Amino acid sequence: MTEPVLEIKNLNVDYGLGDQSVHAIRDVSLTLHRGEVLGLAGESGSGKSTLAYGMTRLLPPPGVITGGQVIYTPESGDPYDVLQLTDRQLRGFRWSETAIVFQGAMNSLNPVHKISTQLTDVLRAHEPKMSESSRNARAREMLKLVGIAADRMDAYPHQLSGGMRQRVMIGMALILQPQVVIMDEPTTALDVVMQRQILGQLIELRERLGFSVIFITHDLSLLVEFSNRIAIMYGGRIVEEAPASALYRDSLHPYSQGLLGSFPALRGPRRELTGIPGSPPDLKGMPSGCSFHPRCPKAFDPCATEIPVLTAHGDRSAACWLVER
Amino acid sequence: MKYFLQRLAFYVFTAWAAITLNFFIPRMIPGDPVQALITKYQGQLSSQAIESLYVLFGIDKDRGLWSEYVDYWKQLLSGDLGLSFTFFPTPVSEILSDSLPWTLTLIGVTTVISFVLGTGLGVLAGWRRGSWVDGLLPVTTFLSSIPYFWLGIIAIYLLTGPDSFFPSSGGYDIALEPAWDQWFIPSAIQHSLLPALTILISSVSGWILSMRNMMVTVASEDYITVAHAKGLPERRVALGYAARNALLPNVSGFALSLGFIVGGTLLVEIVFSYPGVGFQLFQALGAQDYPLMQGVFLVITISVLVANLLADVAYLLLDPRTRKEG
Repeated sequence: MTEPVLEIKNLNVDYGLGDQSVHAIRDVSLTLHRGEVLGLAGESGSGKSTLAYGMTRLLPPPGVITGGQVIYTPESGDPYDVLQLTDRQLRGFRWSETAIVFQGAMNSLNPVHKISTQLTDVLRAHEPKMSESSRNARAREMLKLVGIAADRMDAYPHQLSGGMRQRVMIGMALILQPQVVIMDEPTTALDVVMQRQILGQLIELRERLGFSVIFITHDLSLLVEFSNRIAIMYGGRIVEEAPASALYRDSLHPYSQGLLGSFPALRGPRRELTGIPGSPPDLKGMPSGCSFHPRCPKAFDPCATEIPVLTAHGDRSAACWLVER
Repeated sequence: MKYFLQRLAFYVFTAWAAITLNFFIPRMIPGDPVQALITKYQGQLSSQAIESLYVLFGIDKDRGLWSEYVDYWKQLLSGDLGLSFTFFPTPVSEILSDSLPWTLTLIGVTTVISFVLGTGLGVLAGWRRGSWVDGLLPVTTFLSSIPYFWLGIIAIYLLTGPDSFFPSSGGYDIALEPAWDQWFIPSAIQHSLLPALTILISSVSGWILSMRNMMVTVASEDYITVAHAKGLPERRVALGYAARNALLPNVSGFALSLGFIVGGTLLVEIVFSYPGVGFQLFQALGAQDYPLMQGVFLVITISVLVANLLADVAYLLLDPRTRKEG
């Protein structure tokens, strides 16, 4: 395995302060290696997006990072903790090292500015020495890269379709050639055909440009296809992490099994879709022990009282008492 | 462009309707200005003079309503608004051209200052929620809930007097002749300070509040998060992304408030006896001076329509989404 580019260590994120606060991310550790696609899956409210916002320090108030480290290793130079950067250093770090493609494809572009303005102001902020014409040339090049005609440079966002807008966002994310691209449900608002097209393009671009991807989605079937490794989140914790194929073939955690059982397989024998009974836990009143135990079909004695920790088993890890046994 | 022409046609139609109403309303009011003049001169007018007065006012009874209406338009287009009758025999157009600059300067400048100041503070308050600007909000909101004419009366009561710097009424020192010289201009400014402050205090908080609320709404938009994630300087995000979008409703509000410059702050001019259009209207009302009232209403109507048109144009320029394709 290649060297790590982004290491999240024991990250904790709360919403609110004091007694009223809820713990949205609990002790999450996750490593992204250079050049890999790491999938992050879980139900709504499992903390996947909060994790993405937390590690880039974009949490909207009242979100607070209460502990942990996010170690970033630049292409050349020493690793540093993103959470310790000053505001100025952070602005420099953002987008040039870690870019994000956000959930809302429709609303990520400012409706009153032209596409060209929104592409070039990144360059103006990060590479002030660049000339106007080379900025424009670079923006046009990025549009071409994601398959949008250069004459759409002067278009306003509302003149583009949803798929085109999301491709513009991907182009924008890659404009400074970042090492890490975080994709927060980038294709949720698009139809299935467009999803496939955009993801295919993304994978192709990744092979060409060599950046690493953290891919966040609730659609596990997409991840199985497109990512190298998958981490499953539940109730603000990572409950299982494994190579994509291993997770698909034989997942260790009952929750992962539940997720996998809730979408149909393309090949193989027909099987009943199961889904997961119950609803995601309320962050304000987390169940004791393993937070999945009230919904778990295989729960037994220790589950209700003791919290299982994420432990490694070869190239994979899981937080489940079933595995410990 | 097509959209713009449509709007323009609409405004032309509205102007026509307003002017026509302006023609009919005084004619539906019982009594006529000549009767009022006769009373004013206490029977010292000869029957010939009365006859010619009827012709002068354009209400000689031999003519039909239609030809009066056509004449009304002809006169209007040549800038003839008839004779005022409080200031008989001064033409209404002359009274308006004398008083309009006072109103436009006083209220116009105050409206612009109020908009710029209020919007600026609103941007600050919305962007840095919980800062000192937020503490200002209850105060300004309280002040804006006070009717401005009452504020004006209080200001006159508290701040003017024999030894005070602030004059209590008028647009300039009555010892001076209106002219662009070193005595008249300072005097005019001195006289405008209190009315201007009154309007400013009562109108600025509206701008602050609406701008702050729009900033708060816009700040939670996805594209603001994207702008932060892009590592843009804070100023660029606050002004180029958040304020730029939050400004839109305020700009149309501003254009509309320009329309109310002439008619909207009438009471301030009355309280301060300021020689503007509002004060003239007040005098015209008291004297049943229909030609002058008609003239003032015409000016108010036109300024409201022009302001609406400006609002449309401003929106077209600022928000690309309102521009129709092709």
